[in-house]
This record gives sequence, structure tokens and C-alpha cells, in this order.
Amino acid sequence: MPQYPQVLFKNRKPDRVATLDEYRESGGYQALEKFVGGAVSPKEIISLVDQSGLLGRGGAGFPCGKKWAAVPESGAFPRYLVANGDEMEPGTFKDRILLHVDPHCIIEGMVLSGYSFSASKAFFFVRPSYESSAVILERELEYARQAGFLGNNILGTDFSFDIVVHRSGGRYICGEASALLNAIMGKRPNPVKPPPYPTEKGLWDKPTVVNNVETLACVPHILRNGPEWFKGLSATPHGAGTKLYGISGKVNIPGAVELPIGTRLSEIIEEYCGGMSPGSEFKACLPGGASTRFMTREHYDIPMDFEDLKKIGNRLGTAAIMVFDQKTCLVGATLNLIEFFARESCGWCTPCREGLPYMRDLLWRIENGEGKEEDIPNLRRLCKEVWNSYCALAPGAAEPVISLLDFFEDEVRQHISEKGCPFHAKADH
Amino acid sequence: MLPDELKLKLEKMISDAESPREKAIDVMFEIQELQGWMSDEAMVEAAGLLGMTPLELEELATFYDYIYRSPVGKYVIKVCDSTVCWLEGHQSIIDYISARAGVPMGGTSPDGLFTLLPVCCIGYCDRAPAMVINKRVYGKLTPEKIDRILDKLANSAEFHESE
Repeated sequence: MPQYPQVLFKNRKPDRVATLDEYRESGGYQALEKFVGGAVSPKEIISLVDQSGLLGRGGAGFPCGKKWAAVPESGAFPRYLVANGDEMEPGTFKDRILLHVDPHCIIEGMVLSGYSFSASKAFFFVRPSYESSAVILERELEYARQAGFLGNNILGTDFSFDIVVHRSGGRYICGEASALLNAIMGKRPNPVKPPPYPTEKGLWDKPTVVNNVETLACVPHILRNGPEWFKGLSATPHGAGTKLYGISGKVNIPGAVELPIGTRLSEIIEEYCGGMSPGSEFKACLPGGASTRFMTREHYDIPMDFEDLKKIGNRLGTAAIMVFDQKTCLVGATLNLIEFFARESCGWCTPCREGLPYMRDLLWRIENGEGKEEDIPNLRRLCKEVWNSYCALAPGAAEPVISLLDFFEDEVRQHISEKGCPFHAKADH
Repeated sequence: MLPDELKLKLEKMISDAESPREKAIDVMFEIQELQGWMSDEAMVEAAGLLGMTPLELEELATFYDYIYRSPVGKYVIKVCDSTVCWLEGHQSIIDYISARAGVPMGGTSPDGLFTLLPVCCIGYCDRAPAMVINKRVYGKLTPEKIDRILDKLANSAEFHESE
């Protein structure tokens, strides 16, 4: 298999976390020494990150440099950074692996990010099932403080910045940026529709930047090696950087791999996941988590990049690839996905709170032999209606449903005409 | 009534925060660590420490998966029922645990050791099927592995009680 440069996973060990010393030996904290220690203008950092073409790794793909630049120069103090380690979308686990590989790469990225828009404090938001990650992070944060990379007067400069780990009580909606801010402030985590954007009025009405963990981890490498180097890591001319792909489902070796962004799906599955599981053939995948569309065999060779997936009406999302085989009922899989979204709806706005259980009910009927022909147009209508909700949860939930109807309508109709799931009748599933 | 030692710890925690209610989840986690769940009395006391009304804290307590407003077993077993675990047969895992520990989904075993609850994706899709017990995750579950885990927990619970 081709060996690609490892950037974020450079210090990956089979059984343990890389230490602060190991991170430093691999070039770690050099960017911090050069930019923060050397009192380089924060604007220079934002400009380099912007030139690198780094797009947010948390799902939306927003340009990272643009987000930092959106903090107004005249904005109030103190300013906050939030690292979003909620990672609760089904199929997504790459940030957990990254935290267990090289936590200092994330810590250095956070300090550099904070320096770029003059923040003084950061919250690292972590979900309850990642308690082991929270413990690792708290330990390594202390080592970073002792080494002078974090806390008061970093590297003897005027810049002070600290990171606290904020434990979540556990709900998917907390990963949504505005809900996340409410969660940190100890309020019920309902999303809030912008404006104002968090970069102007976030935590306690002060400028706040919310970044994904993997996004932040890219920053020290970009600053140390330059934006052109980062762009050159991509497998496509329009992409930038490497990407952590998290592959699960019907492949031989599920896991997280770091590859040039834009690596083809076929290569990811065959070279890095040991191919499909025994007896399994590729039927479809969700390319970027539960709120992306089913992608069929037709796109098996697609470059897994933001641009290329957008071209076919899909999204790279978090690059959490869930692989389904020919023995999997996709009506059943979609019902499971909608169960998740209906349960995790925060309940604040009506289209989501009422619409998702209705969709679940229709899919349940189809899967269990009570489906009717009119359920198909009704599901299509609901997929449009949920776009009236406050945040992206319900429109995201509609993505697998609409793609089920677009690409697997025959399978849905078979459930209706045969009054039951055709896969249940067959062996071993 | 919360023990004084815990109260001091919580007060310190709250005074270190930007604003008191930022620590609402941590405070409830600490209390649950001690008594397993958030009783009405604990809610009133915690709300007082956090400068919130009990109703404001209730809004949070009932919102989150890991805060319990009714008594739970010593070990809360949450089996992931989201997509990849579904694909890998999570239902047979639930059925097995349910029969093995003598606890229906949503219930607590008669000996008070185990509560069984569903949970959405816990972020261990690479090790499906997976479950989380209290805050520890166990993946690639098989009946044999579940036997070993539950036996170990049951034994350590007896050990603590006899101490």
C-alpha cells in the first residue's frame, strides 16, 4: 500500500499516548516558540492559516482563517476559544483517536489559535463516553503548563492563555456551536439562530471561536511548514492538507487513518481497511457521518474531498465513512438513523421535535410491513419541511432519508409491496 | 445533606469558574459519584451552591443522558444502539445482558448492581458493538466478554461492601 506523509498521526503508537518530549522531538512547539515567543503579529498567523486553505474538520467545512478573522478587532475582552470535542454523530470517532495519539499537537494548536485573536481562555468540550480522553488531556495540559507552553506569561511573553476541560452531560445537540456555548454556560443547550455570530457575541456575550479538534491540530504544522506545504499534502489540486478518515461498518479493519485529503474511497477501503468483510460486497456508504447522503457503488472511486462530494450533491462532513453491504437493509439503517435524530432533538423548535418522530413512524411502518404507497411522497415532503427548523440537526437528519428515496426507491417499494422487510426473510442478518 | 468535605470541594470548584452555573454538570457528577443519582434534596442543595433555582437545574438534569433523577444501580450499563452497533448486532448484546444480569431494558437488577439503558452512538464505531458502564467503554463485545466484565464488576462490588 502507498505510504503517505503522516502529520497528525506522525507520533502514533500502537498502545500509548505520545509524550510531550516525543512531540517536541518531532518538531512540536516550534511554531509556538517562533510565533508566540517571537511576538509575531497575530494577523500574520491568521493570514497563513487562511492561505493554507484549511477547512473546518467538524462537518461544515468553513475556512478556519476566515472564522478567526471574523473576531472584530474592536471586540470586547476577555475572548474565548472552544475546542469542540463533542463528536456525537454516529460513525464519528477520529477526534478521540487523535486525542489518544498526540494530545500536545491539539494543545499547541489551541494556544496558537487563541493567540491569533487575543483569547485568554479556552474550553475543551468533551462528552461523557470520552472520559478517558478527558483524563489524558488534563494530565498533558499540566505538563504543558510546567514546560511554559500554557498558562501565565507563555514562554516569558505577555501572552497568558489557559485551557480547561469542560465535561458534558451527554447530548448530541451540544456539538452544534451555539448549543455548545449554552452548554458551557450551564444553560439548557438549545441552538440559537445567528446573528449575532459567536465570533462577535459568544460565551457571556464575548467574542468566541468554536473549532473542531482536528482543525486545531493542523495549525502548528501549517505554521511550522508553511501554507504551500499544507496545500501540497492534498491528493487533489483543489484540496488542502491530510484528513483523518474514520471508517466503520462492513470492512475488515475499521479504524481511523490519516491520508491525503481527496484519497479515493476505493483506495481507502481496499488499501487501508483490508477490503470489505468476508462475504460482503459494497452496497453504499454514508461518506461523512449520519447527516450525509447514502453514496452508491457508482461513486466508489470518488476523491474524498469537500469539493468532489459537493459536486455530487453530498458532503464530506466529518469524513466518518460508514460502509454498508448487500446484506444490509437500508430502510432498517435509515430507521435506525432517524431513531437517533428523533431522540437527540433538543425539542426546542417544532419542525424538528414533531417532524422527526413522524418520519421515524413512517419508516417504522415501511420496515415492519405496514407501509403504504403514499408514505413515500409524505416522507419526501417531511424532508423539505424540517428545513424550517432553527439549526442543522433536522435538515441533517433528512439527508439519509432523501437519499434512501432517491437511490434505493426500489428497495423501499419492495418493503411496501411484500408487506415486510425482504432482508429479514433471508439468512444471517 | 451533602457531607461537608464534598461541599467544600464543590464550593472550590464553583469559585474557580467564570460563572457558577458553568459547573452545573460537574457538581451533579460529583454528587452522583457519592450517591448514584440526583434526589430532590440533592437538587435543591446543588442548585443553592450554583446560584440557580432548583427548576433551572432541573432543566439541565432532565436534559442530559448521564444525569439520573431516579435511583440507578451501582453500575449503569448503556448499550450503544446507533448505526454501526446496530449493524453489528447490538440487539443480541442487549438481550444477552438483560438475561445475564436479570434486568429488563430501563430497569435495575434486584440486587441493585446493574441498570440497563440504551444510549446513542458513544464514538467507538471502530470497536462495535460497544457499551459504556459508568464512564468506562467496552468494545468488540461478545457473550464471553460480557460474562467476564459483569463477573468482575459483581465481584468488586461484593469486595467493597465487605470492606
